[in-house]
Amino acid sequence: MKNVMNLQFSALSQNESFARVAVAAFIAQLDPTMDELTEIKTVVSEVVTNSIIHGYENDPEGMVYISVSIDDSTVELTIRDEGVGILDVEEARQPLFTTKPDLERSGMGFTIMENFMDEISIISHTGEGTIIRLKKQLTKSNAFCN
Amino acid sequence: MSLEIEQEIRDNILCIRLSGELDHHSAEDLKNRASTAIVKHNIRHIILNLEELSFMDSSGLGVVMGRYKQIKQNHGEMIVCAISPPVKRLFEMSGLLKIVKLELSEENALQKLGVA
Repeated sequence: MKNVMNLQFSALSQNESFARVAVAAFIAQLDPTMDELTEIKTVVSEVVTNSIIHGYENDPEGMVYISVSIDDSTVELTIRDEGVGILDVEEARQPLFTTKPDLERSGMGFTIMENFMDEISIISHTGEGTIIRLKKQLTKSNAFCN
Repeated sequence: MSLEIEQEIRDNILCIRLSGELDHHSAEDLKNRASTAIVKHNIRHIILNLEELSFMDSSGLGVVMGRYKQIKQNHGEMIVCAISPPVKRLFEMSGLLKIVKLELSEENALQKLGVA
């Protein structure tokens, strides 16, 4: 059965922790492993941080939208902002690439998303915003195999 | 949950103990405190104790890389202790694992640096 949760919040760094904890709490009903939960929390943190720093360039008026859908053991995350958008998506995906090296950004955000999730799609239009869709198949819990 | 930062200076070694969550929100504070201590006390080596760290993302990697670059100028070393498997994976992905040294405890790290 498909189960959906939607969340929207101000683009403030103090909401990064809230976002990953809220998503993790929703996904907890699928009984994920600790590793899977950590991976999803890390990915949420990466996308939300990107929206705040790059999408909205730290303008707290911006809003970040998260939609999580779980179905059987599949988790789908859609995280959207209405910020400046990504100029060159392919470039942004390169490990260690960052447009803000002076802020000590590691440039590892997209690499982490790709490593921790099974599928990723990035739709971005400059001046309009960015939508990141991520999918992950959780390992089946052994709880039902008595 | 936020980040608690404890810093202790021993000779030219800065020991940083982190507890809680290291993300973009808390990274700035760590960056400021650590880099101030490095300059003020002429720090050469860093021991980063992650035993009580429950979460870290790429913003954390950025701060760690930044401090590594800072002490590298003084030909120092960075030793990371009590790294958890998830954080180790992040270090691996970013290449940090190749340039920092890992130790199980702070004591081992201090021994490695010829102290204690």
